[in-house]
Amino acid sequence: MLEQYLLVSVVLFVLGVFGTISRRNAVGMLIGIELVLNAASLSFVAFGRYILPFGDSPKEAGQVVSVFIIILAACEAVVALTIVYALYRLYRTIDVDKVHMLRQ
Amino acid sequence: MAHLAWLIVLLPLFSSACLAGFGKGLYRRFGKKGVDVLGVGSIGTSFLLATCLLAYVLSLDPDKRSIPSALWSWFPLEGKMLDISLLIDPLSAAMALMVAGVGFLIHVYSTGYMDKDPGYPRYFSYTNLFMFAMLTLVFADNLVLFFLGWEGVGLCSYLLIGFWFNDIEKARAGMKAFIVNRIGDLGFLLGLYLLFWLYASSTTMPFAMPELRADLSPLLGIGFFGQNWATWVTLCFFIGATGKSAQIPLYVWLPDAMAGPTPVSALIHAATMVTAGVYMIARLSFVFVHAPFTLGVVATIGATTALFAATIGLCQKDIKKVLAYSTVSQLGYMFLAMGVGAFVSGFFHLLTHAFFKACLFLGAGSVIHGMHGEQNMDLMGGLRKKMPVTCATFVLAALAISGFPFFSGFFSKDEILFASLSSPLGGPVLWAVGLFTALLTAFYMFRLVFLTFFGESRTPDAIKGHIHESPASMTVPLVVLSMLSVFGGVLNLPELFFLPGGLARFLRPVVAEFPGFSHALHESSYLEIPLMGVSSGVALLGIALAYVCYLRAPGLPYLFGYFLRPVYNLLWNKYYVDEIYEAAFIKPLLQTSRFSAKADLVVIDGAVNGSALLTRETSRIAGLYDLWLVDGLVNATAEGTLRLGRWLRSFQTGAIQNYLSYVVGGALLVFWLLWALVNRTV
Repeated sequence: MLEQYLLVSVVLFVLGVFGTISRRNAVGMLIGIELVLNAASLSFVAFGRYILPFGDSPKEAGQVVSVFIIILAACEAVVALTIVYALYRLYRTIDVDKVHMLRQ
Repeated sequence: MAHLAWLIVLLPLFSSACLAGFGKGLYRRFGKKGVDVLGVGSIGTSFLLATCLLAYVLSLDPDKRSIPSALWSWFPLEGKMLDISLLIDPLSAAMALMVAGVGFLIHVYSTGYMDKDPGYPRYFSYTNLFMFAMLTLVFADNLVLFFLGWEGVGLCSYLLIGFWFNDIEKARAGMKAFIVNRIGDLGFLLGLYLLFWLYASSTTMPFAMPELRADLSPLLGIGFFGQNWATWVTLCFFIGATGKSAQIPLYVWLPDAMAGPTPVSALIHAATMVTAGVYMIARLSFVFVHAPFTLGVVATIGATTALFAATIGLCQKDIKKVLAYSTVSQLGYMFLAMGVGAFVSGFFHLLTHAFFKACLFLGAGSVIHGMHGEQNMDLMGGLRKKMPVTCATFVLAALAISGFPFFSGFFSKDEILFASLSSPLGGPVLWAVGLFTALLTAFYMFRLVFLTFFGESRTPDAIKGHIHESPASMTVPLVVLSMLSVFGGVLNLPELFFLPGGLARFLRPVVAEFPGFSHALHESSYLEIPLMGVSSGVALLGIALAYVCYLRAPGLPYLFGYFLRPVYNLLWNKYYVDEIYEAAFIKPLLQTSRFSAKADLVVIDGAVNGSALLTRETSRIAGLYDLWLVDGLVNATAEGTLRLGRWLRSFQTGAIQNYLSYVVGGALLVFWLLWALVNRTV
């Protein structure tokens, strides 16, 4: 059963990466990143359900990590959205192709 | 008194330095007076001091009259100390009094003669320096200090002959004098070296004259060609004397030296400097008496020069040239005296000659001054009426030099003639030459007198009206000097007048005597009165001949000149000696230097230029290597880095998604590689 969970996780991950790369919209990119994080979260929970306990690690380790990931994602969203907002104030756009000041 | 002697020497140096330093300012601020106070005042003071010094020496016991007065240590030579010290003895005191006295009179005269010359302070600076050098020479206790003075007078002579250096001829005359003198000085230096070498193993300092006199043994050893060392040393010194005192073969500079101002000719080229050689022989007579061969050479050269120069003097037209040749001739007389061992007589003639020749030169200067620079006697005549004082003094001095009875020159010349006949070193030939020279002397001196002061005036009208007697500053020294020339004979009256031979007795402790000299003179003392008669007769004959030729029958000289044309030409061209020297020494020398200059240019410069070229080419190749290889590598690195950077920059798009794509691509690549690796190993 683990394979099915992992397959879903891989699909989620690839979709997330693809979304992050392909979207020109900064918010879209953030959404892609959320997908990648959730794919990772899903694979942790799946591993925790089917592989643990492994050695002396507790059985709930997978869930705990996924909770951490959720918190991290929230924090990331806050910071990233703030940046996007700041970008918008500076450039009046959130199209990342038009934001290449770092190049200079 | 002796401890003040250094003042006599150093006062002129002090004033010379002051005049050299501030002379111009002084001249501008105070005019002539300011310069006179220093330039003439210092010599006057020296003269007074010299008088006191002589009086002091006279007041001493005859055998205690030699007072060395060391001032300070100069430098050590091989462990022997050389002092700067003055030797005060009858000889130096008498000579110093003459130098300072005649020098003072000539300085006074110069204030009139050099009046209005723009180089007035410079002139006195030079003459004072000359007085310093001459007095150093006179008082020097050692030969090195003596040589210092010897060179110093030569330098001042050069400076003063070329005083009007804007005229290239005068500058050249100065150069000639200096160079000819240097040739003689080489001989003097060789003598010094030889002396030092001879005394190398002894503790005696050979340059200090009292020490040398006390220890003559190394000089008496046999040297080259069987002659003793004293001969060689004295010969070297005599070469120096021929240069300084204008004897054959180095006399040629003196006639040219007349280019200088006339008081300079009187001071340097008649009274003082040129007699330095005679003074040197008197000073070193204790060595010369051990060198009979040298004395023979001295006497021969002296007699030859006396005759030779007198014959040239017969037909010169320039008033100063006649006097110059007369000086050469009279110096020859002094050397003749020295050579026959009559040191005192030679020195006596030195003194009287200083008086009358200075007077003659100053008189000639006065004439030239009055004639506004004209020196040609063909344009003079009849000046007696226009310049009575000059004429009277000139005639007196001319009588003295001609040996007119009871004038100073009569006594000194007579002593020389007597000694040259009866001395063991002399002989009838030397005497005859001397006597004939005396005849010539009387003749050319009165030729000069008659042509200049008597007869009809031949002066062009342009100058004629302006001829005037010279100012008192010039005539007073003339009068004093003429009195000295008349009465100078009392210094050393012959003993047969039952009067003390003052100078002879005074100098006896200093001047050495050739063995048997006074005995021989004593033996033949019966000759003295007849000889006096002969020489007075000769003098009168010369004067009478001149009178006939130049006043009574003025056509006579032309007749002689016509019939004896070759002889006249030979004399007029001074025996072509200058031309012979020119061809024999100067031309080859110049050619050699021209040749070596060319060799310098071609060989040495060629080598230098060649090596420069070689270096340049080598560096050019090294430069190319540097430019292409080393710089190329450096530039290639830089260029490569630049291009790589430019290429790499193209990846730096600034678009975040591109970076993300690279990350993903890279990760995929890594995974693929790992996968391929795992598959292969498994």
